Amino acid sequence: MKVRLKVWRQSNPGTPGAFEEHETPDINPNMSFLEMLDVVNEDLASKGQEPIAFDHDCREGICGTCSLVIDGKPHGPHQGVATCQTYMRSFSDGDMITVEPFRAAPFPIIRDLVVDRKAFDRIMQAGGFISVRTGNAPDANAIPVPKIAADLAMDAAQCIGCGACVAACKNASAMLFVSAKVSHLGLLPQGQPERQRRVLAMVEAMDKEGFGACTVTGSCEAVCPKEISLDFISRMNRDYGRSLLQGEPGRKAGASDEA
Amino acid sequence: MAQLNSNIPAGPLAQKWENHKFSSKLINPANKRKYKVIVVGAGLAGSSASATLAELGYQVENFVFHDSPRRAHSIAAQGGVNAAKNYQNDGDSVRRLFYDTIKGGDFRSREANVHRLAEVSVNIIDQCTAQGVPFAREYGGMLDNRSFGGAQVSRTFYARGQTGQQLLLGAYSALCRQIGLGSVKSHTHSEMLDLVVVDGHAKGIIVRNLRTGEVTRHAADAVVLATGGYGNVFNLSTYARGSNTTAIWRAYKRGACFANPCYTQIHPTCIPVSGDYQSKLTLMSESLRNDGRIWAPKNKGDRRSPQEIPEEERDYYLERKYPSFGNLAPRDIASRAAKQVCDEGRGVGESGLGVYLDFSDAIARLGEDKIRERYGNLFSIYREITNEDAYKTPMRIYPAVHYTMGGLWVDYNLMSNLPGLFVLGEANFSDHGANRLGASALMQGLADGYFVLPATIATYLALQDTGKRPKTEHPAFKDAELNTMADIKRMLDCKGGRTPAAFHKQLGKIMWEYCGMARSEAGLKKALQLLPQLREEYSKDLRVTGSTSTLNQSLEQAGRVVDFIELGELLCRDALAREESCGGHFREEHQEDGECKRDDDRFAHVAAWEYTGAGQTPVRNVEPLVYEEVKMATRSYK
Ligand SMILES: Cc1cc2nc3c(=O)[nH]c(=O)nc-3n(C[C@H](O)[C@H](O)[C@H](O)COP(=O)(O)OP(=O)(O)OC[C@H]3O[C@@H](n4cnc5c(N)ncnc54)[C@H](O)[C@@H]3O)c2cc1C
Ligand code: FES
Repeated sequence: MKVRLKVWRQSNPGTPGAFEEHETPDINPNMSFLEMLDVVNEDLASKGQEPIAFDHDCREGICGTCSLVIDGKPHGPHQGVATCQTYMRSFSDGDMITVEPFRAAPFPIIRDLVVDRKAFDRIMQAGGFISVRTGNAPDANAIPVPKIAADLAMDAAQCIGCGACVAACKNASAMLFVSAKVSHLGLLPQGQPERQRRVLAMVEAMDKEGFGACTVTGSCEAVCPKEISLDFISRMNRDYGRSLLQGEPGRKAGASDEA
Repeated sequence: MAQLNSNIPAGPLAQKWENHKFSSKLINPANKRKYKVIVVGAGLAGSSASATLAELGYQVENFVFHDSPRRAHSIAAQGGVNAAKNYQNDGDSVRRLFYDTIKGGDFRSREANVHRLAEVSVNIIDQCTAQGVPFAREYGGMLDNRSFGGAQVSRTFYARGQTGQQLLLGAYSALCRQIGLGSVKSHTHSEMLDLVVVDGHAKGIIVRNLRTGEVTRHAADAVVLATGGYGNVFNLSTYARGSNTTAIWRAYKRGACFANPCYTQIHPTCIPVSGDYQSKLTLMSESLRNDGRIWAPKNKGDRRSPQEIPEEERDYYLERKYPSFGNLAPRDIASRAAKQVCDEGRGVGESGLGVYLDFSDAIARLGEDKIRERYGNLFSIYREITNEDAYKTPMRIYPAVHYTMGGLWVDYNLMSNLPGLFVLGEANFSDHGANRLGASALMQGLADGYFVLPATIATYLALQDTGKRPKTEHPAFKDAELNTMADIKRMLDCKGGRTPAAFHKQLGKIMWEYCGMARSEAGLKKALQLLPQLREEYSKDLRVTGSTSTLNQSLEQAGRVVDFIELGELLCRDALAREESCGGHFREEHQEDGECKRDDDRFAHVAAWEYTGAGQTPVRNVEPLVYEEVKMATRSYK
């Protein structure tokens, strides 16, 4: 089969970009979308043209490196998978496919389809951790964790940090990403001591990066390759509200010990 | 000849590490702040080391080629991490984990290192749990375990099928905390292209910013490489596409010895190759062998669908050949057995290069829901790639390149023969001998980074005068930078006809054919003719488009591919010199009924290759493996 690509080209962050059209060489329906781009790039290189820059690494849906908005949808047509897990059998011979980068002000374009997602790292640096120095840990079975809590924490912890949630949101909100981390740690007993400080710091950092507000349209959940639930956003909102009202725990006499 | 002193501490095996820690030098907290350490890599090994060194008070600079430390290849590890916790009360102990690992490595690893690994394994689980790693739990709230190959106890801790992701995110969160505190400076999309050696000591690196092309010099009191394995020398593998050998290869060219490059691991359960366009192979975690049964038709060329093949015409060959370990035979053994079956013409699938991994018995016994809970994400990966439902029809699997046991030579302190250069995680050679057991790489990466290096690095640093740390104006830095720039210019100016990807593909074919699952003298000699030719063609016919002043992925790839070609040659040279079969290194001339035949009299040693200049034959140095407690025995899983 062959498809036609309408693909975003931009040579650097400062220069305006534009769509370019390419017809692919003959491709196999069992190729992944990224393997199709590999073939297109080899073809471009053989003609002396510059290959299309796109991000990828693990090619199995876990590293969060691949991005791409395919026909208007971050990570392409299928639910619960990343771009690298999208196969050409989902398209038909002769299709015109539009390929764009993840667009959001806090994710500036570096080149073609590659964007800068360092804002996510900075949010994590603000509070996405449990402060425990190496060597300080008690025996791992000293604190039992109910299976339900551990499973729910794992549901949240699965986030691969790709940024599709931001790219899908009309407000470029990062709430799904941030709430996944806040919930993962907040659901576990180990995460309790810093629970309030964490949510305040991470939300503050998120706002500082210029991510927009959440208006609960659910587009983030719909494109998330790990199907992280919108419920985590409500959870974070509760945590955030309570933390704002209470301030940091322990500062006031009589502060609630339920945190 | 390089000096290879393993610096194994004296005393009984079980006390070496305690004694060594006690006799190691300490640096007082006020002085620690004066030392600067460069850590390249932020996989399990690099992030745990960076975070822990910073917690101790050292100034740390961390470099990764990825756009974020969280994207290191460790993220892809699926199955689990081993630890001798004995939470199952099934007879596990530090000694048993130690012995299983030594035996699993076919008696080609260093006894003292492996014992230490088993000792600290228990601390790893404690540390990760405290960080919030959501390991699987039982209903009572205690940690759950599963079994992995090469062990008869359940000692593998896991977080669904995403254990590497969760462990890495734990280490990354510790790293983030230190970055936030200002004690680690993180350089992302920064690729190390050379090691700077001043007066025989590693004192810095040369780095290229992958987005702007800028090349910069960085000086420190010590350099730590935690840059992962080199399996992509085979092109097709289960590694992430970006994994490469550049950092350790260039350190080798600066004098660090490369140990046992021929010890490569082929994983038995991967999704078979489907076409020439393929860019990577996908692992189906070994944990599946807890519940899946591997079989092939008894008859050659049996083209019936698996459901049509009656029970008595199926050969559950691992259960037949290795009754006590069955489907949980170690990887090297399971891979060779699959190859034999396919070589006999009994392989399945379109290419005939595949065997079945069948869950129907487990589903009948436990129900589909239980299997979904245990392996759901693996079954969905399988469906996405093959368009087949493994709940209904058995998976088709075939071995693929997965891990490299070889790497830069290090002593007991994880320091290479180049003083000041430390090597951690998959990038070093130390703990897995000729074959790594499942769930032991994550254990080793975290042991190295959280517990070993932070204790051993002080002994080196204490002897360094921070006031005399070479400045980046030193001629050694200038030379290295000029070299790097000249290499880049050469690649861009070559303007030949073939892309880096085309060279990589060709390299992969040569390596897989002549140095893959089975190796022979004739084949290796052939490869040693083909590889220098390929290197020559590369220097004349490479085509890299674009410039060096923006993001240029084909330039990045070109630099990595040439290192792979050169490494491929060393790998074959090592495989040729090792006239025995052990673990993942299978020489056709040295076997007994298809099983490895070791030659302990001639080869109970580490081969550490020393670079002697471009186009020169490298020197093969030897570190004898002296076993104080374990008796080298024929490895049997029957
Ligand atoms: C699919 C898969 C599944 C696996 N599953 C398991 C499992 O279940 N259990 C287990 O124990 N093991 C498993 N392994 C093996 C294990 O994941 C790896 O051996 C381990 O994670 C390697 O960690 P590392 O820290 O040494 O290196 P990596 O995680 O590979 O990290 C390398 C780091 O170095 C950086 N880097 C490399 N070169 C440069 C350079 N030149 N300049 C700057 N930065 C550089 C990278 O950016 C990265 O941060 C699996 C491996 C694969 C492929
Ligand atoms: S390339 Fe890693 S998630 Fe797609």
